[in-house]
Amino acid sequence: MKKETANTLRAFLIELVIYAALVVCYFFLVLHFLGGWLYQLETRHRYTYGCVAILLMIGQAVVLQNVTTFLLRSIRRRAE
Amino acid sequence: MFFPISGAHISPIYLVVVGFVIGILGGFFGVGGSFIAGPALRAVGLDWNFAIGTDLAHIVGKSVVAVRQHRAFGNVDLKLGLIMAFGTIGGAEVGAQLIQMLKRAGNVNLIVSIVSIVVYVSISTFMIWESHKTLRSKKGGAVAPPTAAASKKHDPSSFGHVTRSIQRWNLPPMIRLPASGVTISLWVILLVAFVGGLFSGFLGGGAGYIRMPSMVYVLGIPTHLAVGTDLFEIIISASYGTFTHAIKGNVDILIALVMHTGAAIGAQIGAISTQYFAGPKIRLAFVPLPLIGAAIVIYTLMTGHKL
Repeated sequence: MKKETANTLRAFLIELVIYAALVVCYFFLVLHFLGGWLYQLETRHRYTYGCVAILLMIGQAVVLQNVTTFLLRSIRRRAE
Repeated sequence: MFFPISGAHISPIYLVVVGFVIGILGGFFGVGGSFIAGPALRAVGLDWNFAIGTDLAHIVGKSVVAVRQHRAFGNVDLKLGLIMAFGTIGGAEVGAQLIQMLKRAGNVNLIVSIVSIVVYVSISTFMIWESHKTLRSKKGGAVAPPTAAASKKHDPSSFGHVTRSIQRWNLPPMIRLPASGVTISLWVILLVAFVGGLFSGFLGGGAGYIRMPSMVYVLGIPTHLAVGTDLFEIIISASYGTFTHAIKGNVDILIALVMHTGAAIGAQIGAISTQYFAGPKIRLAFVPLPLIGAAIVIYTLMTGHKL
């Protein structure tokens, strides 16, 4: 295996491990703080729930992407 | 893990892995991946209505990640995506009405199954033929890109002569798409989007399996741009679908959020991977996706069990 490929693979695996740890913390935070509230919203205010659902998905997408980009950059910087 | 909105017990690891696989496919091919996500959610006991609505919500998040990545590579034509969104929503409504008509006639399952098998197999057969021919031909009959930006995405196709004839139809208003390097009639764009939306409403899912090839072969959009723009368009149509399903009580957003944690990283990997493949190779690799969809429908028809 070429040195560059090995470095990329190692950086990716490290990123995956850090990311997995973050995701596990995130599960518990989301389910603990948002679970009950979202359930109530879904049963009582469907239109608000629809808007909140879309905003949450877009918000999570932007945050997670920024987190992974930041992780990848910092790992690459250290590898160099 | 218990999800109170749908009342389902599902392993979060399973959801993350499913999201990851669909994320890679979505980022690379520009598809929503409903043909995998729907059966995968159904397999762990989620009702069909929740599987469809929740999948749409997860597609929104996954597409946002993939589009941001594709945009960084210059692979998104925003103007084209916004125009197409109108045609798609119109088509999806007509498709849903057709389903209602067939439901009243009492033969919805058989007709939808046969139409979907014909469509999936036709797309795959055509794409095998075209991408093989293009890869074997040195010239490829490509549509010449008129701008410097588009020349970076120069994408040969053996179907190029037909695409050029469609682009020559002078039916005003003509729309200039500098990002894609194409000038084409607004009506052709709307027609392509409408047909994609029609299949989306008729067969379910985002219909990326028909929209992405149509953008390449009918509109003449380079493959990399077709993938990115299709994903951008999917954000709009899937958001619309998520909202309509949410107000009908078909969306468990907690499941979608968990699935998306896997999809977020998968979509980035898929989007970055497109940079290492030429257009015809991406199109050739796309071929198995509609065939998987056809296999699922054939299985359902023969056994009577929905996957």
